[in-house]
Amino acid sequence: MITLTVNGVPRSFDGDPTMPLLWYLRDELALTGTKYGCGVAQCGACTVHLGGEPARACQLPMSALESAEIVTIEGLHPEGEHPLQLAWREIDVPQCGFCQPGQIMQAAGLLKHTPKPGDQDIDTAMNGHICRCGTYPRIRAAIKAAAGERA
Amino acid sequence: MNTNDFLPWARRAAARRAAAKAPATGAGPLSELPRRAFLKLAGLGGLVIAVGPGGSRRVEAAEGASAWEPHVYVGVASDGTVTITCHRSEMGQGIRTTMPMIIADEMEADWSRCRVEQAVGDKKYGSQNTDGSTSIRDFLPAYREAGATVRALMEDAAAKQWGVSASEVFARQHEVVHRASGRTLGFGALVASARSLPMPPPARLRIKEPAERRWQGKRMPSIDLVPVTTGTAVFGADVRLPGMKVAVIARPPVWGATIVSVDESAALKVPGVERIVRIPPAALPGAYLPLGGVAVIARNTWAALRGRDALKINWDAGANGAHESGAYRASLETSIRSPGAPGRSSGDAAKALAAAGKTVVAEYHVPYLSHAQMEPLTALARFAEGRLEAWAPTQSPYDARATIAEYLGLDEAKVTVHVTLLGGGFGRKSKPDYICEAAFLSKEIGAPVRVQWSREDDLRNSYYHSVSAHHLEAALGEGGKVGAWLHRSAYPSISATFAKDALPTPDELSNGASDVPWDVPDMSIEVCPAPAHTRIGWYRSVNAIHHGFAIGSFVDELAHTAGMDPADFLLQLIGPDRSVDLYKNGLVGASETYYGAPWAEHPLETARVRGVVESVRRRSGWGAPLPRGRGRGIAVHRSFLAYVAVVAEVEVLADGTVLLPRATVAVDTGFVVNPDRATSQMEGAMVMAMSNTLHSAITFADGRVQQSNYGDYEVARMRAAPHAVDVEIIQSEGKSGGIGEPGVPPAGAAIANAIFAATGVRVRELPVGKQLAGWQNRAT
Ligand code: FES
Ligand code: FES
Repeated sequence: MITLTVNGVPRSFDGDPTMPLLWYLRDELALTGTKYGCGVAQCGACTVHLGGEPARACQLPMSALESAEIVTIEGLHPEGEHPLQLAWREIDVPQCGFCQPGQIMQAAGLLKHTPKPGDQDIDTAMNGHICRCGTYPRIRAAIKAAAGERA
Repeated sequence: MNTNDFLPWARRAAARRAAAKAPATGAGPLSELPRRAFLKLAGLGGLVIAVGPGGSRRVEAAEGASAWEPHVYVGVASDGTVTITCHRSEMGQGIRTTMPMIIADEMEADWSRCRVEQAVGDKKYGSQNTDGSTSIRDFLPAYREAGATVRALMEDAAAKQWGVSASEVFARQHEVVHRASGRTLGFGALVASARSLPMPPPARLRIKEPAERRWQGKRMPSIDLVPVTTGTAVFGADVRLPGMKVAVIARPPVWGATIVSVDESAALKVPGVERIVRIPPAALPGAYLPLGGVAVIARNTWAALRGRDALKINWDAGANGAHESGAYRASLETSIRSPGAPGRSSGDAAKALAAAGKTVVAEYHVPYLSHAQMEPLTALARFAEGRLEAWAPTQSPYDARATIAEYLGLDEAKVTVHVTLLGGGFGRKSKPDYICEAAFLSKEIGAPVRVQWSREDDLRNSYYHSVSAHHLEAALGEGGKVGAWLHRSAYPSISATFAKDALPTPDELSNGASDVPWDVPDMSIEVCPAPAHTRIGWYRSVNAIHHGFAIGSFVDELAHTAGMDPADFLLQLIGPDRSVDLYKNGLVGASETYYGAPWAEHPLETARVRGVVESVRRRSGWGAPLPRGRGRGIAVHRSFLAYVAVVAEVEVLADGTVLLPRATVAVDTGFVVNPDRATSQMEGAMVMAMSNTLHSAITFADGRVQQSNYGDYEVARMRAAPHAVDVEIIQSEGKSGGIGEPGVPPAGAAIANAIFAATGVRVRELPVGKQLAGWQNRAT
């Protein structure tokens, strides 16, 4: 039995310990904001926070998550109004939207340590995330806007 | 049957021809639609799939209020809530915002009291096949008419209630106003009387004049921003049903491979795996039907994935097992070195080239590409009591419905296809093979089944963008004057996915090759034979991807050979302003339509070509010096009835990595309803062109796709992506063209031309990949 918290709610899991957190969140908890895009840490669509830091849920087997604290896009902000979420809406970043929860979770991790990120910081933090619709210029602008420094 | 009828726009043309033969019931593309349809709002069994306008604008229809549906696209409840049914699929282009804003604008609805419902697949909505950049260019008049119809009914109802003439009243933001007295009646209060009124005759409908428009032509925030940014938006894999199983399928690794033997024992031992089910393969070429294979049915996705990996299958590769990309490329190159079937012919290009003092020849190669949309294919189906219900991220719910009905032998009335948001589509999700798989499995096991494709499945069993080779030849005269133009193109045809052994036809050249706007007297544009060895499909911009790359690159090569500035050369090649009906000017072959519309409706307007080129030249800093390793490239291309020019500014690093710090785009596509979404489509097109040009390739060995995931099917990422995409939309009242696709074709050539300017290395083969390694040490 593995116990952990997800978005502040205590949870326990006694299924296949090799199951990645991604499928636990999606299939067992119906937290479907965390997306499957590649399953091999290449796209970032599955990004959540593990102990406050961005992590790829497709790479985290449940067996490694005893006592872990997980936050998903659904739990990033109680009203869905994290500065990044607001900036994303103001700049109308998403196209199809599929990659955006992962992008926002990664950007939240960036802003935590680097409140005023420059282009290089953004490139480094966000390069692991694919947006096939090509919203990168707006993601860059929205991160800067959320950091209080208009692009 | 013309095999080319399967091209998305050709299929539209066929529908149009059929409609033209039917007795006329009125004007406009939707005249065959029921204008008054009292329909039950689609029940979703407790599942909310259509997410309403986001945030504070979200309004739920009053529980139990009986909605009045004066038009298939519009319902009004007695509490005033307006429900607009979006019949096209949302995949990032913004149609769930753009379509409703047209209707709400024309009907004078208060946007905050409108909600958007997503249509199920049904003929009554008109074409739902969301591809070919058609939503606005085909439906703008119909959407305006829908809004104007409801507005007229509201005005009639109020006038009747007040006992005044309809000319004395006007609708304004969800109410009707009596001009003389200032009295008002709300839309909700008018529903009861409006519903018994006769439909206003078409002549009575008044479409707004430009100055009266509230939203059309202005920025409108997308309606799904809140759900998308909070993770509550419903994509394909997010729909859940009680008792639902998950299936992951082992499909044939080679097109047409068949199963020799299967060892299921290890798969069945995986915890959570419940059953193994065979899906019979469709006979080649298979069209929209599943490839067949072995499905692992499990309690959750992880178990299904593990179970599938544990299957041991012995395949007989069949005839396509010999398909190998290197040898196939050589065969395409042989093909383009002999004359092909002409798609456009004027003067005598062969004679003019033979007589020319100076000719330039170049050949280009573009590999197979896959859509690689971020959401891998997935679909949920529930078969119960003789009915099939599916939920899927589909671009074409009506085609899905019809295909499932035929595949399962059901009456179409017993099949319902709900449309979720699409995590990207790019043409892949027009084909319902993956939805048929879920339908088949649910029927087999008697439980709801969600089929989940892995990323690897998605890349290896796609409908690929065709691999191609191009031979271009031009006669170059004094002052850079081009006297003759020959273009031979060879690529396996989309038609081969629908008709066995079909070869490309001259008609397909109209997608970006035969409509070049050049002022050249002797021209020959030909298609050469190329057999298909895998499923070929349409991928954003379709043949215009490789045609745009080859043509745009060759023009740049000619400019440099002539010793001229590429922008000046391009403008000279476009020549004087003129309007050309290509159907009367050299176009040969059976094609009567151009992107689904008669050629005559869309003459080639060279002033518009010139306009977009001059715009990007003016705004991009064209001509200002850049250090070695940086360069600008220019290209222009017309596709999907839109004219787009691009100046790409690249930076090539010492290791050959290409960055695109800046792109300047101009697009002239007639009237643009939602400029911010059009701009975002151009931004996205630059990034997709980077992927196509710099990174991506699908290759085959032993008939099998060699790539597996984003590690070896690379796409553009943040670091290389533009910091600025400066887009000018040349707004006009002209007939709307496409917006989703036409940005990609010129961008690929502009990037390649910029690489030449930066490094002196000419790219004739895509992707650029590692071709530029060590460029600084090469003699240029
Ligand atoms: S799904 Fe985890 S990184 Fe792509
Ligand atoms: S918005 Fe579509 S993948 Fe990023």
